[in-house]
Amino acid sequence: MSRSRAREVLLALALLAPSLILFGVFIFYPLGRAVYLGRYRGTSDNLRYVGWEQFRNVWESNEFHDAMITTVQFALITVPIGLVLGVGLAVLADSYIRGIGIFRTIFSSTVATSVAVASLMWLLLFQPSVGILADALPFDVFTEPGVLNDEDTALWAVSVTTIWSNLGFTFIIVTAALQSIPVDLYESSALDGARSWMRFTNVTVPMLGPTLLFVTVVLTIRAFQAFGEFDLLTGGGPGNATTTMTYLIYGNNSLIRNDLGLQSASAVLLFLFLLVLSIVQFRGLERRVHYGA
Amino acid sequence: MAGVRLNNVTKQFGDVTAVDSLLLDIGDQEFLVLLGPSGCGKSTVLRMIAGLEQPTEGEIWIGERCVNDIAPRDRDVAMVFQSYALYPHKSVQANIEFPLKARGVPKGERANAAREAAAILGLVDFLHRKPAALSGGQRQRVALARAIVRQPEVFAMDEPLSNLDAKLRGETRAELISLHQRLEATIVYVTHDQVEAMTMGTRVAVLDKGLLQQVGPPQEVYDRPANTFVAQFLGAPAMNMFPPGLLEPGNHLVGVRPEHLTIDGVGPVAARVTLVESLGHEALLTCVTAGELTVIARIPSDEAQPKEGDAVFLDAPLHRRHRFDVVTGRRVAP
Amino acid sequence: MALEARGTTRRVLRYVVLVLVAALVLFPIYATLMAGFKPGTKVLDHPESLLPVDLTLDTIRDAWDTGNLGRYLVNSFVMSVAITIGQVITSLLAAYAFAFLRFPLRNTLFLVFLATLLVPAEATILINRETIQTWGWIDSYQALIVPFVATAFGTFLIRQVFLTLPTDLREAASLDGLGHLAFLREVAAPLARPTIAAFALFSFLAAYNQYLWPLVVTNDPDYRTVQIGLKSLAAANLDQINLVMAGTVIAFVPILVILLIFQRQLIRGLTAGAVKG
Repeated sequence: MSRSRAREVLLALALLAPSLILFGVFIFYPLGRAVYLGRYRGTSDNLRYVGWEQFRNVWESNEFHDAMITTVQFALITVPIGLVLGVGLAVLADSYIRGIGIFRTIFSSTVATSVAVASLMWLLLFQPSVGILADALPFDVFTEPGVLNDEDTALWAVSVTTIWSNLGFTFIIVTAALQSIPVDLYESSALDGARSWMRFTNVTVPMLGPTLLFVTVVLTIRAFQAFGEFDLLTGGGPGNATTTMTYLIYGNNSLIRNDLGLQSASAVLLFLFLLVLSIVQFRGLERRVHYGA
Repeated sequence: MAGVRLNNVTKQFGDVTAVDSLLLDIGDQEFLVLLGPSGCGKSTVLRMIAGLEQPTEGEIWIGERCVNDIAPRDRDVAMVFQSYALYPHKSVQANIEFPLKARGVPKGERANAAREAAAILGLVDFLHRKPAALSGGQRQRVALARAIVRQPEVFAMDEPLSNLDAKLRGETRAELISLHQRLEATIVYVTHDQVEAMTMGTRVAVLDKGLLQQVGPPQEVYDRPANTFVAQFLGAPAMNMFPPGLLEPGNHLVGVRPEHLTIDGVGPVAARVTLVESLGHEALLTCVTAGELTVIARIPSDEAQPKEGDAVFLDAPLHRRHRFDVVTGRRVAP
Repeated sequence: MALEARGTTRRVLRYVVLVLVAALVLFPIYATLMAGFKPGTKVLDHPESLLPVDLTLDTIRDAWDTGNLGRYLVNSFVMSVAITIGQVITSLLAAYAFAFLRFPLRNTLFLVFLATLLVPAEATILINRETIQTWGWIDSYQALIVPFVATAFGTFLIRQVFLTLPTDLREAASLDGLGHLAFLREVAAPLARPTIAAFALFSFLAAYNQYLWPLVVTNDPDYRTVQIGLKSLAAANLDQINLVMAGTVIAFVPILVILLIFQRQLIRGLTAGAVKG
């Protein structure tokens, strides 16, 4: 290797080193260690070896099972609804009438809300003691003990918060995609005789394909990673009605919050579950998605 | 089939007048070419006929109907877009069928009609492909097939050949001409290319800055341009314009096409040859007069060929001179 | 004039729906603003609680003091700014290496970067907390900042921009005597500025809004971020909902302002990875 090439390689190494070191320490090492610790039980200074079967135990345990079901339910609620609403808003605002910019800003605004902020905003609405929704809507469920304290509605209530806070993100992404659809496709279909709904299904949705896939994957990952809203709104309850896998690992009211080994095993299983899910989603949906000219 | 009539149609975008009081009568089964430079308003006229734009003033008639208030889908106009506007996710067959599907035509009928249209355009082997797998020329034919499958009253074509390479353009021009005869269709065709205008149109309507300059059969517009704009837009190289008094006495402009200039013999305008471009069958001579006027002449190869630097005397037969008013640019008789 | 009438009806209808939906989207924000700007006594009477009357800054001031939100905001901003700067720098450097340098294992290392995107935070936060504990970094700025200084997302984004620069640019620069780092500083980075700015904004937003990590590595209120500060404010004052909402307003408003000013760049940053074919 010539001297200048050697210099180039050294430079590349120097440029990549910071990132690689940080990835190693804070991403790959933790993953490896979690796999290692997943075979133990106890706290950091007091570990008891259990073996690989601990992973199976956790996977088959009721708690993990319930958490998995809850998480999947949560995703099944938040992702499709979030997608439909995001697309709906984007299509609604896809117009050049006067003042549309204001509406677009409003629809994007939730992207500025953090998990904590969004959760507290909805806490205000859900709290029966404050009673905003209780007085505004004629449904009993909003009065004491409140949607957040009712086994049947708690997950739905948290879902509303998550869907709402994701709206801005979805709206922005879908709007950008809508604007990249060539206008003459719409004009041509209008001339051909397609009315609004037909234009939507024959032009808009197919051309949005890759974007919708992207949003679906991101929303799903977010659903699985959701923590703050559960921490602030329900504490995983009532009972374990809103204990998702992530809350199971990190939540204050979680049964395993003091057992590093069990937490590690759960974290690794969660990672694998999410990995497989992402791959399946990608493969499964990608086939139906068109990557257009 | 039906004719199209534009009755004092004006289109304004804010302060800009794109089309100005256009009065144009397109006959049934005519192939009318809207010709003009970029920004002259020709595409706007086409889009108004299709219903994609609304006239600010005036009426548009298709056949016996005034279509101002009629939606594009109900005007029975099919449009071929410059970009073809094919649905990238649909097969060629689905693309061609789409107008029929939108109108609720049942599946079997649709497929038959699509196959017929595809056959006319030589696309039968490609029915199951997607547009991305087709060449430019093939995509253009799919766009055409989609237009003809509807059997519309009027075809609107917006520079359909501009994205094709030169050779393909020539071939497709011929195909379009035969298509016109075969379908007995009324075609309104927008282009900035004068070769297309000359070879394809039954009549050519020349537009500039939103105003109709002249309309007539191609040869007539070429032989008797109504003003200096038309005179210099059609014909390549462009017609030479002599200032008043140079070629002949008078206070009007005199235009002479390069092929009608004579350089041998004694002529009233002295010039020096500055460039000789030999094209094989003829040569283009660029000459500069004493008054710094640049003139181009076309001389067939079998005539005497001057060299660069030679002095020549320019003249033109009287019947080949076009006379225009200095101020208005309009043609002056005789 | 049938067509015109149809157009107008549709437009009016669209406006109506837009207003309704906008009201629904804004409602939680509006309710929070109202609650945050009213005294505690006025929050429970509906519908007056939602009307812009009896507004006061007292609750905000109260939340600021009781909730120690000033300190928390500082912590949040320090952390976010530091993370943003760190991410921009590491991404720039790594992106440059991937885009302009040739070295063995380049593709492999690229896949390594890609792999980091597959590992969700939940899997790593657990052990990272342990690591931070071992290093004695609990309750420190380092703990909040260092783990996030590198990002594959930013690297990919900037690399993408670098790849669109014409190759002769680099060659011309080297003929002019510019070494790699100089080229990065003088040519490549300035040309990638819009993307870098968009990414920086996105990065800042993500860092500021973090919840789980700051929760697990800080106990000392001196190092708490504003998001966790909200949690402790809420926990301590659940009976004074207006106080909690005032705190929420304090945490939310700076970001809202940033969004309004930098809307376009933010949108660019979010869509950079998404809208592709």
